Amino acid sequence: MAIVYQKTKGLTDAPLHYCPGCTHGIIHKLVAETLVELGVEDRAVGIAPVGCSVFAYNYFTCDMVEAAHGRAPAVATGLKRSLPDNVIFTYQGDGDLAAIGTAETVHSATRGENITIIFVNNAIYGMTGGQMAPTTLPGQVTQTTPYGRDVKTAGYPIRVCEMLSTLDGVAYAERVAVDSVPNIRKAKAAIKKAFETQIAKKGFSIVEVLSSCPTNWGLEPVEALQWLRDNMMPYYPLGVYKDKTGEGDK
Amino acid sequence: MSERVLVKGNEALAEAAIRAGCRHFFGYPITPQTEVAAYMARKMPKIGGTYLQAESEVAAINMVLGAAAAGMRVMTSSSSPGISLKTEGISYIAGSDLPCLIVNVQRGGPGLGGIQPSQADYWQATRAPGHGDLHVLVFAPNNVQEMVNLVFRAYDKAEEYRMPAMILADGLLGQMMEPVAFPDEGEVKMHDKPWAVTGHHGKRPHNIINSLFLKPDELEKTVVDRFARYAAVEQKEAMAEEYLMDDAEYAIVAFGATSRISKAAIQQLRAQGIKVGLIRPITLWPFPKKEIDKACGKIKGFLTVEMNMGQMVDDVRLVVNGRKPVEFFGHTGGVVPTPAEIIAAVKAMGGAK
Repeated sequence: MAIVYQKTKGLTDAPLHYCPGCTHGIIHKLVAETLVELGVEDRAVGIAPVGCSVFAYNYFTCDMVEAAHGRAPAVATGLKRSLPDNVIFTYQGDGDLAAIGTAETVHSATRGENITIIFVNNAIYGMTGGQMAPTTLPGQVTQTTPYGRDVKTAGYPIRVCEMLSTLDGVAYAERVAVDSVPNIRKAKAAIKKAFETQIAKKGFSIVEVLSSCPTNWGLEPVEALQWLRDNMMPYYPLGVYKDKTGEGDK
Repeated sequence: MSERVLVKGNEALAEAAIRAGCRHFFGYPITPQTEVAAYMARKMPKIGGTYLQAESEVAAINMVLGAAAAGMRVMTSSSSPGISLKTEGISYIAGSDLPCLIVNVQRGGPGLGGIQPSQADYWQATRAPGHGDLHVLVFAPNNVQEMVNLVFRAYDKAEEYRMPAMILADGLLGQMMEPVAFPDEGEVKMHDKPWAVTGHHGKRPHNIINSLFLKPDELEKTVVDRFARYAAVEQKEAMAEEYLMDDAEYAIVAFGATSRISKAAIQQLRAQGIKVGLIRPITLWPFPKKEIDKACGKIKGFLTVEMNMGQMVDDVRLVVNGRKPVEFFGHTGGVVPTPAEIIAAVKAMGGAK
């Protein structure tokens, strides 16, 4: 009998710990499939963050390192400088990448570190129970913005792809979403392109994935995806923000 | 061994690390360790190595973690305030059982403190180099040749026991020029690192470098297992120099730069007929308890001489455990004790003429 679908060999058999309706599982699958399809899973080293995806090291079949909160790009830098022919990626959430790890993110990007960052933006701190993230939308209610994020006191969200696209070291930056089948296909293509950018030694690549958090948003999974479309996409438009991959080797 | 050449302490540290096989250096500028980084910036590109000036000490130590995870001999150097920033990463490196070399060319503190020589990070290095139950190997050279030798030993022991090693120097040693001979690279012993994350290449299950264990019994087991290794380190790896201790009635205990000043004081005291010797800890963790204990049975008292407010004196008192008087003399903030002051402090000890 022909096999029409099976779990990617890039993921272990460990049961995922994510909440019902969480999109981390989809994004894990896309990353793992891509590593296998590109034939680099056996020389890939992933760096897990602190946050909901902290256990990513148990799920990917490639070698993995668990980093301190926000430091994954620095750990990736140390690994890539040591193993320039390996494929090095980080998998980070919004608090990890855009708050406590902002310096590591910006400087690994501006150095043009030849690494790939998978940035999962769900506009909230999930693991700690739903606090305001650097990407929480104006007016969005969280545990620590109970009256809605007031930009007068809590400031504005950071648009990571837009910010990083100003840096010369960034070769490829794209924002995608995993709210629908067509968008999941586009996300897969973006993740593949990001890894290809690294394999071709063209420099820093990042894919920002708009993701949902039904648990901490207080919504049903399907409602959460609609909320993502109605609220996150207008503030964080999907698209390619930087693509220097056609310019030849840096 | 190379021929003897005149080298500044900080540059000797850097050259020794390269000869010991270090090809990855991650740092951030801070006085008074500048020459270490500058030397690495000059040399590393010429030998196919990495010199990377990080965006912060925090980033630098996490780059060290990454390179160590890849199985490399890696190094960072800094000075006191920068080491404070690195403590997060040091804890993760220790918790991940990774070897690396950290150099602290100490300056005065707390806070921004000063830039003159200090030994005020003794407690930090030996008690709390990061959060959690952990130790790092701490080596305290007192001359430039020893700085070189201890860099080799630090890498060797860090890899043998899978833990970070620190060279705890100070601005005096860092800036001092002395003749040294460097071991050749061929003399370096490299350790196998089957745990390194280099890609599994289809030949083994995936390796995971991690310090997270959410189940209390699992975390306890990893820490207890690590402490079994620490116990072996304490038993086997403590180092000290004894100077004129055979007939000594009093012992000065001093490490690093103050041990040199103490030797000058001891020579003058002996010329006056006062029998004083020196115990110089070369490893601060593990602390050389045997030498202190051995002396305790035959001398009248101990005096620690430190460039701080009295930190190592705690460790001497723990070993002596009330059997003999243990006094402290020192200066802090970058003020260097003089032989005359040390002589006066010895004479002030009960019974000393």
